[in-house]
Amino acid sequence: MALEPVSLEKYLRDRLQHKDLLLMTHVVCGYPSFEDNWRELEIMAEFDVDLVELQFPFSEPSADGPLFVKANQEAVSSGVRPADCFEFMKKVSAHFPFKVLMMGYYNTAFKMGAKTFVNKLAAAGGCGYILPDLPVQEATELHELSRSKHLAPIVLMTPTNTEARLEVLGHAGQGFIYAVARKGVTGGQTEMGDDLDSFIARCRVHTDLPIGVGFGVSEKSDLDFLLGKADIAIIGTAALRAWEEGGEAQLRDFFSALLG
Amino acid sequence: MSLFDFADGREGYYGDYGGTFLPEILTATIEELRLCFRSCKEDPTFWAEFAELMRTYSGRPTPVSYLENLSDKLGGARIFVKREDLNHTGSHKINNVMGQGLICKRLGKKRVIAETGAGQHGFATATMAARFGFDCKIYMGEVDVARQRPNVFWMENLGAEVVSVTDGQRTLKDAINECLRDWVTNMGDTHYVLGTACGPHPFPEMVSFFQSIIGKEAREQIIKEAGKLPDRVFACVGGGSNAIGIFQGFMDDNVELVGVEAGGHGAGSGLHASRLAYEDASVGVAQGFKTYFLQNNDGNMLETHSIAAGLDYIGINPILTDLWEKQRVRFEAATDDMVRDTLKLVMRTEGLIPALESTHAFAQAVLEAPRMSKDEVILINQSGRGDKDIFTVADTIEDDHWKQFIKDKAVEYGA
Repeated sequence: MALEPVSLEKYLRDRLQHKDLLLMTHVVCGYPSFEDNWRELEIMAEFDVDLVELQFPFSEPSADGPLFVKANQEAVSSGVRPADCFEFMKKVSAHFPFKVLMMGYYNTAFKMGAKTFVNKLAAAGGCGYILPDLPVQEATELHELSRSKHLAPIVLMTPTNTEARLEVLGHAGQGFIYAVARKGVTGGQTEMGDDLDSFIARCRVHTDLPIGVGFGVSEKSDLDFLLGKADIAIIGTAALRAWEEGGEAQLRDFFSALLG
Repeated sequence: MSLFDFADGREGYYGDYGGTFLPEILTATIEELRLCFRSCKEDPTFWAEFAELMRTYSGRPTPVSYLENLSDKLGGARIFVKREDLNHTGSHKINNVMGQGLICKRLGKKRVIAETGAGQHGFATATMAARFGFDCKIYMGEVDVARQRPNVFWMENLGAEVVSVTDGQRTLKDAINECLRDWVTNMGDTHYVLGTACGPHPFPEMVSFFQSIIGKEAREQIIKEAGKLPDRVFACVGGGSNAIGIFQGFMDDNVELVGVEAGGHGAGSGLHASRLAYEDASVGVAQGFKTYFLQNNDGNMLETHSIAAGLDYIGINPILTDLWEKQRVRFEAATDDMVRDTLKLVMRTEGLIPALESTHAFAQAVLEAPRMSKDEVILINQSGRGDKDIFTVADTIEDDHWKQFIKDKAVEYGA
């Protein structure tokens, strides 16, 4: 009898028994290359990263900032396809101890069809997905299909949401809630302060799931701020920037300083 | 028929197309806009205020002209033209822009952003911002900045900041992405003046609402000028705002509506922007809405091409997609070559200079008119004037006098 896959939420709760703040990181599939991605992931594993988003490149990354825009475009133009990303995800999920999420734009999933998307994602060992341009009211079918495959649709809560909307989002989320620390696109600065504090508290009212905080989380002081408030720190652009600037050595230095 | 009687739970959908697909951070902003627009649409004094503004500021109603020379030359249907080129700033874009300016005022916002392809929408937005006292930033693809410098010149001199977008294909779709990035950052004080009847709800409905002024006027005028309703109405379709504008005047009539897309180098060339007339597009979700997009099997967008920057777009008005599927609107494509020939013909026979975008509508009408009878009537929407296209047109027809003028100017500027 096949073992029931461990749900993302349970995995995170188990990790939280031993760690106060989990870490989620991000790579853009095929940028600069899948070989580079693999080496980035090896370093992330060295630093005991708990969860990794593999971004499937899309030609219109309208929620991303300049560095991820460039990464998406170069990956698309060098011929990286969703099929390559699933294949890569399969290798990654088989090899590394961390869990893997698909991150991308809705059209990638829509074009292949919701059913194919969840089947392929489950077959590749993914445990969920983040589609930032798919609002929950449009996601009913996809979320239902995901349930049967034990895939967690990760829902975003944002500081501009009303209480009524946060309640809707709280009901739709699985695995964990991705709390967007500020307005804007990925890769900018975020002021970690009272506003963020009260926003996370607002999120807690509407969900019992673990909460990850992303957008502008890039250094040790950010993690120090989040400790005791959030469950997961989400590092995106900052890690890619380190890789771009100085490859393996700099990425290692980045994580050492971050977690130091 | 009303295009905007939505079924329960389907607000913003036209058949299977439309919807609102935006990052969560914009949910409150788009809801605020939706409610504001709804109250304006239901308030008759709002339309009266809009119509009065367009009368006094933009010269509306724009006339319908009979093209007697062209009709005689082609020997078929009588051809009439709705003259949106005679608006202030030279195109129908001003209708939507002034309307959204009034909305922006009601929202209490002080800053506007807009994407632009050909530059007509950016130009109109910069004009509106100057008039209403808003800060204004226009995003324009680097390729379009290079081919539409005269509009950039005017936008800047009207006080707008023009940002040249260097991502992606560096055309209209990339400018829209950049607007979305600005909007998710600055939604508190900023209204996004989307220029065409695309993007997330309520934009397709809102832009259609303001552009319906074209069809309202045109229906009355054509009956007066031609003595009857038109048999066919032709409009070019990039995003599809001028087309839905004029078509709305004839939805309940026995009038054939024809949308003309950018055929570029022709079917099968891979160098065009024809979503419905050619076979290359499929249904997708991007830039906030669901419609037919020129995309590959993975859902990544394809390169597009048109001689007319304003038609060079991957997606299409979801209302038109639905009307096409219901066979209420016929879609055709005019190639770059047809457009060049038609522009020369129209200039020489009628003294009109339609924008390259609008010339697509003329090209299809010119093709069909000879096969129609003399008691039939064609109405073309001349959505804009072509003098902004002077550089592109001069290149196309290889005008030696113009080239010499540019060389002399370059010397004068010390190049």
